[in-house]
Amino acid sequence: MNETTRDVVELGQWFDAYVADEKKIEPKDWMPDAYRKTLVRQISQHAHSEVIGMQPEGNWITRAPTLRRKAGLLAKVQDEAGHGLYLYSAAETLGVSRGQMDDGLLSGKDKYSSIFNYPTPTWADIGAIGWLVDGAAITNQIPLCRCSYGPYARAMIRVCKEESFHQRQGYEIMLRLSHGTAEQKRMAQDALNRWWWPAVMMFGPSDKDSAHSAQSMAWRIKRVSNDDLRQRFVDMTVKQADYLGLTMPDPDLKWNEERGHYDIGEIDWSDFWKVVKGNGPCNRQRLAHRQKAHDDGEWVRDAALAHANKRVARATRDAA
Amino acid sequence: MRRLPMQTSALPAPHAMPRERISKSKESNETMTDKNEWPLFEVFIRSKQGLAHQHAGSLHAADAEMAIENARDVYTRRSEGQSIWVVPSTAITATSPDDKSVLFDPADTKVYRHPTFYDVPDEVECL
Repeated sequence: MNETTRDVVELGQWFDAYVADEKKIEPKDWMPDAYRKTLVRQISQHAHSEVIGMQPEGNWITRAPTLRRKAGLLAKVQDEAGHGLYLYSAAETLGVSRGQMDDGLLSGKDKYSSIFNYPTPTWADIGAIGWLVDGAAITNQIPLCRCSYGPYARAMIRVCKEESFHQRQGYEIMLRLSHGTAEQKRMAQDALNRWWWPAVMMFGPSDKDSAHSAQSMAWRIKRVSNDDLRQRFVDMTVKQADYLGLTMPDPDLKWNEERGHYDIGEIDWSDFWKVVKGNGPCNRQRLAHRQKAHDDGEWVRDAALAHANKRVARATRDAA
Repeated sequence: MRRLPMQTSALPAPHAMPRERISKSKESNETMTDKNEWPLFEVFIRSKQGLAHQHAGSLHAADAEMAIENARDVYTRRSEGQSIWVVPSTAITATSPDDKSVLFDPADTKVYRHPTFYDVPDEVECL
């Protein structure tokens, strides 16, 4: 073992003990390469999800049924853009550039949450997304507020504060529809049927099949296991569905007295992996749309920079 | 290869990754960014009159004016601010985690700088 290798090993042990003691890591602190890599992957993937996540809901901004709904939806989609930005900024503190992350998303190298590859054919989908997708996202993000990496934890605190409005606006839409006409209730039930399982799968594979879980838990990046988070979400959501008078699309769903939790049926992971691998209903559409927005915005970015540089040059010349 | 610290007991060396994205071009005074990326600004917000500005986060903008506009949209959508500062990230000079012990440890042994160090009778009030 040479000098450098021994240093890295010792540092690694020091680092593991440091984070295990619930101390926080800040951008300029030493950290193992793998910790940095894990965070860059997770945070940029999280940012991409916020950005791509604007598309399914943006689809309904011009067709929201009332001005009240439109204002709420517009504000929510704007929040998602902001959340993407908080997260990209957090990832940038780790040494990756915004351009690199854009490339990662647009080239298909980086993933984003599969949930955004499903379509939103009816207004009830907007209700179901706010209630279920944001509900699952909040469940996932609350423990991340205690993540060992300072900038990520701080971004999550901000995101969580804003996200509770998203879930409530979604539930309010579902409540109105499920207590409306028979046709409206049918629409709400249909949306629940389509979004329930993808939402349950948002927490990722079971702990025993999750590649990165154990190391992320040890590093205090991940605070609660996939299965435990999923259970929290299910327990919370079943009661909310009961209140709406809607039926969960899972014949095996039942209260388990002994465990004090709901049991759910078998999850069809083949569908999850199909979407992750790029073959969901909207994967290609989502990326093509993002690519077009990026390309269409290029002249604006270039022009703004050219203008700013010209002003700097002029100010420098005048001062001379 | 990242620089490794001499002692592993103290907080180790910073990663040698600079946050600088702006470099001066040789031909002119124009600032150029990597791959035409807009420069990074740090955003500070005063949440209400009477309180100091606090770091809120960072964002990219072509210039300071746009950074203010973006900061207003990104960080004050829910009345979080009364005033905004933006500072080019490259303008910030910071201490290094490497120097933490040199800079801050000496204060640990100077207990006489705190009021509890001094013994005074309990019955004497307003001390």
